[in-house]
Amino acid sequence: MQNHPHQPNKLRRLMLKTMMALPATMLFSNVATASEVNSTGLAVTDDTVTVGILHSATGTMAISETGSIQAEKLAIEQINASGGVLGRQIKYIQEDGASDWPTFAEKAKKLLVQDKVDAIMGCWTSASRKAVLPVMEQYNGMLFYPTFYEGLEQSPNVIYTGQEATQQILKGIDWAKETKGAKKFFLLGSDYIWPRTSNKIARKHIEKLGLKVVGEEYYPLGHTQFNSVINKIKLKKPDVIFTTVVGGSNVAFYKQLKAAGIDLTKEKPLVLTLSVTEDEILGIGGENVEGLYASMKYFQSLPNDNNKAFVKAFKKRWGDDIVIGDVTQAAYLGPWLWKAAVEKAGSFDIDKIRKTLPGIELTTAPEGYVKVHPNHHLWSKSRIGHAKKDGQFDVVYESKELIEPNPFPKGYQ
Amino acid sequence: MVQTKLRSLAPKNDVISFLILAAILLVALPVLFDIFRLNLIGKYLTFAFVALGLVLSWGLGGILSLGQGIFFGLGGYAMAMFLKLEASSPENTQIQSTPGIPDFMDWNQLTELPWFWEPFHSFGFTVFAIFALPALFAYIIGAAMFKRRVGGVYFAIITQAIAAILTILIIGQQGFTGGVNGITDLRTLHGWDIRTDSAKYVLYFVNVVLLLITLVAAQYIRKSKLGRLLVAMRDSEDRVRFSGYDVSNFKIFIFCIAGIFSSIGGAMFTLQVGFMSPSLIGIVPSIEMVIFAAVGGNLSIFGAIYGALIVNWAKTILSESYPELWLFAMGALFIAVVLAFPKGLAGIYESHVQPWVDKKLKAIQKKKAEK
Repeated sequence: MQNHPHQPNKLRRLMLKTMMALPATMLFSNVATASEVNSTGLAVTDDTVTVGILHSATGTMAISETGSIQAEKLAIEQINASGGVLGRQIKYIQEDGASDWPTFAEKAKKLLVQDKVDAIMGCWTSASRKAVLPVMEQYNGMLFYPTFYEGLEQSPNVIYTGQEATQQILKGIDWAKETKGAKKFFLLGSDYIWPRTSNKIARKHIEKLGLKVVGEEYYPLGHTQFNSVINKIKLKKPDVIFTTVVGGSNVAFYKQLKAAGIDLTKEKPLVLTLSVTEDEILGIGGENVEGLYASMKYFQSLPNDNNKAFVKAFKKRWGDDIVIGDVTQAAYLGPWLWKAAVEKAGSFDIDKIRKTLPGIELTTAPEGYVKVHPNHHLWSKSRIGHAKKDGQFDVVYESKELIEPNPFPKGYQ
Repeated sequence: MVQTKLRSLAPKNDVISFLILAAILLVALPVLFDIFRLNLIGKYLTFAFVALGLVLSWGLGGILSLGQGIFFGLGGYAMAMFLKLEASSPENTQIQSTPGIPDFMDWNQLTELPWFWEPFHSFGFTVFAIFALPALFAYIIGAAMFKRRVGGVYFAIITQAIAAILTILIIGQQGFTGGVNGITDLRTLHGWDIRTDSAKYVLYFVNVVLLLITLVAAQYIRKSKLGRLLVAMRDSEDRVRFSGYDVSNFKIFIFCIAGIFSSIGGAMFTLQVGFMSPSLIGIVPSIEMVIFAAVGGNLSIFGAIYGALIVNWAKTILSESYPELWLFAMGALFIAVVLAFPKGLAGIYESHVQPWVDKKLKAIQKKKAEK
């Protein structure tokens, strides 16, 4: 949450001045279109508009972020094929954040200051978003951020297309209580802000429901020795292991869980995760997570028509053996939401786009239907997926209504 | 007497090199580039501080430290802590459960500022810490190693291990350090907004001037008796020891100096980039810092600055042009440099450019004499 006032956009003024200084002939044509769509200072020409794609193409995060890059490129290509935005074809400039937070900040600045992009689709980890955020606010950019995350943030310059913590957690725990009769929870996570905040909210909610947390443990990112905590879990006999372990650690965790004789298909204990998507299962192996439950808003197997078309197009573009996880779908929403907002505003001007974004809806979203809340997060459904041997999820629960995003949940902080 | 001493400290070539460098950094680059690029160059130059320190400790003293990121981080975090406290005034952090403490502490359920953060409310203490912390740290590491005559590869490995330990510590203690996110969203220095373009200009020039002062200091050390002793030590430690010198003290001293240089670079990095993160202090960045010095030429203090500048520049340009392949290009560049020019850029200069310049100068002088 930022309280400082926005600085006047010097660049924009400078650009305007240069445009004034252009020869009269050019001035006429430029100003005519500029006033039509109000694209002052941005990389918008008569027939193209430029956006930025900022993810890690190299480094440790590349494996996770590749799906997002592919989704964003696909969305842009599809929008172009259907006529573009306000009659302009979208060009993108891709930059590599290199899994390094200072690099993310540098590249974001480059995209805004030098390339003058109208929007940036990007980031994955909270660390990269936190690094990019001050840049977005300083230069008045618009970031479409695709990952489910911890909440506690709301920026006028970011649209959060993934779920915030309460949308994933509260319904997940309710579901475990109501349909599985769970009473005792064991919380486990990687040691950084997202798992810690998620587990904090989970604990509050569990206690609110009159249930019990029997253990809470954290391990560093990349940790691969879970045997001692598995022993603890066996001793405490929880009904649910609630995990927010991320990335490669999951491979070790689920293999060791299986080796320790905990069979996920028996659901004793039941494992509920916020962080294992189809992408991670590729690494873990479907046979090791069969029976796992995941609380997310999107699964590749969602049976609606939007999703069928999306999966088909995605595979056609990027290969048949590819899987699509929750974040990949959220990344796909970015360009589409931006397009919808630009068209409604009739302008590429960031301030106008920002004003129109609340209330923008997508009926064509693979996850079904989404709408932008005034707090810049999406209304979305909560879903529980049940992992199968082939690495896909069966959707066993879907909230009837869209869940209102609430990045600053009262009573959960 | 005084004059000859001065002359030996600053031979004509060095004065010319210094003036050329100063002209490039203070005039040419600010004229040629807009503030976005200039700010990036400022960032590259913060690594030049580290490379300068490495030329002294590694090039001259033969002490290869693969953990200079430690010192870069000490300076960077000290500055970041000061700026973060300034950015976390109770008004700015109203929405937190505990207003008045940095946001990441609030997320980690800390309810009061840890004691070791308290002194960083003071700018004076922060500046003191930027010099004192790396010196103290380097002294402890140096004393523990050099007094026991641990050197060479073993020393390099141990510094690397310390860099790894420090990174793990920072990431693990996220309530106190910001963890893997680092310390972000730094805004003002004594109420002066460091994110504006004008502030970036000012910080760039402050950075360059500091760098030039550091360079002069490095040159002074290099030309002094101490510098000659260091070279002697590098080439034959035992002979120096048998001559009655306490080798370990000299080593500790130069290692401390290199640490302080890196720390100044880290502090300037935080000011110019606007945040500090553990990704700048671990093993990989520490090795990169050695590469800057190696590309420049590990014996040349001017080379160090050009090395840091050129390698980082290449990194930026390559990654902008080939976002998916640039790492390979960088790797190829390093291999090429090491194979083709083992003495780095300074080596190329010495073997090719300088003889040519000398020849031309002599020709001019000859002409003058003939007239």
